[in-house]
Amino acid sequence: MTFDRLPEIAQAAIKQALDEGAGDAECTISEGDEFSASVRMGEVETLKEAGSRGAGLRVLIGQCMGSSYTSDLTPEGIRHMVRSAIDLASVTTEDPHAGLPDADELGSITGDLRLFSEDVAGLPAELKIDSAKRAEAAALAFDPRITNSEGGSFDSNIGGRVFANSRGFIGAYRSTYCSISAVPVAIQNGAMERDYWFTMARDFAGLEDPESVGRIAAERAIRRLGAVKVETQRVPVIFEPRVARTLLGNLFEAVEGRSIYRQASFLAGKLGEKIADQRITLIDDGTIPHLFGSQPFDDEGVPTRRTPVIEKGVLKSYLLNTYTARKLGMKTTGNASRGITGNAGIGHGNFFLEAGDKSPEEMIRGVRNGFYVTELIGSGVNIVTGDYSRGAVGLWVRDGELAFPVSEVTIASTLQEMLNNVAEIGSDLEFRGSVSAPTIMIGEMTVAGR
Amino acid sequence: MSFNDSFFAAKFGIARRELENYLEDALSRGGDYADLYFEYLATSSISIDESIVKSATQGVSVGVGVRVIAGERTGYAYSDDLSPEKIKHAAQVAALIASGPAKVEKTALHEGVKRNLYPVLTAPSETAFRERVELAQRADRAARAYDPRIFQVQVTYADNLREVLVATSDGVLNFDRQPLARMSVFTLARDGNGVPQQGHSGGGGRYELSWFQNERTPESFAKEAARQALVQLDAVEAPAGEQIVVLGPGWPGVLLHEAVGHGLEADFNRKGVSAFSGRIGQQVASPLCTVVDDGTIGGRRGSLNVDDEGNETQRNVLIENGVLRGYLQDNLSSRILGAKPTGSGRRESYEHIPMPRMTNTFMMAGESDPADIIRSVPRGLYCANFAGGQVDITSGNFVFSASESYLIEDGKLTRPVRNATLIGNGPEAMKYVSMVGNDLKLDEGIGICGKEGQSVPVGVGIPTVRIDRMTVGGTA
Repeated sequence: MTFDRLPEIAQAAIKQALDEGAGDAECTISEGDEFSASVRMGEVETLKEAGSRGAGLRVLIGQCMGSSYTSDLTPEGIRHMVRSAIDLASVTTEDPHAGLPDADELGSITGDLRLFSEDVAGLPAELKIDSAKRAEAAALAFDPRITNSEGGSFDSNIGGRVFANSRGFIGAYRSTYCSISAVPVAIQNGAMERDYWFTMARDFAGLEDPESVGRIAAERAIRRLGAVKVETQRVPVIFEPRVARTLLGNLFEAVEGRSIYRQASFLAGKLGEKIADQRITLIDDGTIPHLFGSQPFDDEGVPTRRTPVIEKGVLKSYLLNTYTARKLGMKTTGNASRGITGNAGIGHGNFFLEAGDKSPEEMIRGVRNGFYVTELIGSGVNIVTGDYSRGAVGLWVRDGELAFPVSEVTIASTLQEMLNNVAEIGSDLEFRGSVSAPTIMIGEMTVAGR
Repeated sequence: MSFNDSFFAAKFGIARRELENYLEDALSRGGDYADLYFEYLATSSISIDESIVKSATQGVSVGVGVRVIAGERTGYAYSDDLSPEKIKHAAQVAALIASGPAKVEKTALHEGVKRNLYPVLTAPSETAFRERVELAQRADRAARAYDPRIFQVQVTYADNLREVLVATSDGVLNFDRQPLARMSVFTLARDGNGVPQQGHSGGGGRYELSWFQNERTPESFAKEAARQALVQLDAVEAPAGEQIVVLGPGWPGVLLHEAVGHGLEADFNRKGVSAFSGRIGQQVASPLCTVVDDGTIGGRRGSLNVDDEGNETQRNVLIENGVLRGYLQDNLSSRILGAKPTGSGRRESYEHIPMPRMTNTFMMAGESDPADIIRSVPRGLYCANFAGGQVDITSGNFVFSASESYLIEDGKLTRPVRNATLIGNGPEAMKYVSMVGNDLKLDEGIGICGKEGQSVPVGVGIPTVRIDRMTVGGTA
């Protein structure tokens, strides 16, 4: 069964659902072919190659919803899926806000988003394995203290997505991505540190060269060697881009419609208010060609768009799907997101913080005593209260320079204070994934250690 | 039950001879070992929010994964179509990890020993959907009735029934029926127009639905979730820096999962990238600590009759009186290390390659009275509940986030403190354990462990434990 046949299957499922008594229905079908190769110490460690697909259905009978999914796209599998969803609509409760988007909200952006690249499909396995090997080899060759490795890898995926609903929407698109990564281990005086680096693109030609991935990963692991725990103190904290992205992840959770209508976010009820330093402008944009967060329509069939979420420190918009928009008396922002199972949740497109004008080096140069964070671990962020407390690894800044590595400490504050206390934003914005941020410096946080 | 009556034989007509043929295909290029993992997964979930049953979902997925090992190399392919030609194709793709003539003789499969740690006649997923919706609604009502300050309640109930069949070129043929159910309650509480605080509770396991009627009722989870949110309304700032930490019994066992468990998974140790690599026989914890990973506890969320490579699960002692005893093995690592499998090979689904994983990880009870442990602390932090944790197995640094904790002042629990992260180093942190309580408790059955993108259900447990030195992250 080819991708071109999937829209018919989705439409057939919807027709069957309507025939069985649904007032409205929507069907998502997705397929994916994955390839991954990992090498370790120069030898192939795993090769994985396979594909799968699945369909999900949501029906409404009156204001009651039922949903189901299947990995069996044969007519019998689809029939079973339809009956399951119809059955479940009888056990859910009437929900006045449930429903598909209005017909005039449906649609797809025009123009080619360049999400699919033929070259990913055609790559020979040897080339992919070789990319992984070269990345690892460059890491191992970087420094004699890199004596071990968790390997190098190459991953690629070819995906397809079909969405149809009973209000006439039908859309389909395919996408590709590939990535190369390396995870070297550095050893010094019996203590080990590892780090990683990666490159990711929609097409093979867009990948950075494997050697530079390996070298950066190695450099990152080496600079962690000999890390110490510092004393507990309050200092400026600089988030390098890779960890600054995680702050954006926290902010996304705080502005998505579900946490807002449930009042489970510290930003609930703050629309139009100044919630951050005026240097903060946070954008969600699902329409930028070639990027990882782009798609022509969201997972309810609403065109994606550019939504300024925070503009010069002022909270301008939440990110909404149809349901949460109706709960809040607003309009969807085209941010519906779903897998195959369940109802649509909320996702982001390319979610990024606009760059500032200082280079990271200049930012560091201005700090007398502070902490430059390169990795965060743990889940200590409370979106309801804004409390923030996470494990951190990085480099201590002394008199404007990266002085020595630090680990086994935590950083703590609240997201509210951090937003208002942004001291600098770097000029180094890069779109490496669907969430992107430049270097961010927070005026002061608690670093807990000895 | 014999193979011919088993799920995949009965429902999909899979014959023993066919399995042997697929294994032969998988080894046709010279692989040393191959296995087939058939999986049928039926899931259901219910979500209640604002007292409305907002979603009810059910579905089915089926597939088979084929793995071939050649030396230290692994080839893997899968299919969501169980037709013979598709399975054969997957076997041929996985076979390509090796290159050469076949060297393993045709497998003769033998059925493994049967036991049943979860003798569930009717799995929760086979009961009427309405019955499960009613259970979730009971939790919603109870949480709201608990206190007028509770203003939001969300209840999720999810169950699944997994049928697996494993056949390996070592001749193992095993099948298992694995039911699992879980209920979670999330609450938000607020004083007047104050800042909302959240609470969470839940539980489950490999039980019949009646477990939620008789053993742990929806009301018990609801009250606990409501209580936790209310406690937080009075919470003060958490103190930052090194201090004495007392862990309460049960869920705080997540400490062991992060500080010790992951670092003892054999894949990391075989590669020498774990902070515990090469340390078998060394003192890595205080002599008061004996840590066990046990996949054989009846009905527990982390338990399995057989692991996802067809090996029987077992009770594995990881640390005995503070001395590191053993690693958690899967078939690949045990082949390379010449060790025995420990029944720890697990995978998220047929799309995933198995890895050494934990099951139910806990510390054996000690001799101290829990009240004496708290009384012994002049000033410190008592952690009753955690939200989760993470570890960097190479440096050994781990964190875990307290969701309910209290100041200890002059041997008494005083004020609740806000969420804080605790941080330590695996092989070091447990050397500071100075008292172990006699009150071992396992968690309620909601744990999910993630590793290299694969999630599996697990359990943890711990008695009350005093740790003399640990860094607390503090708040603001």
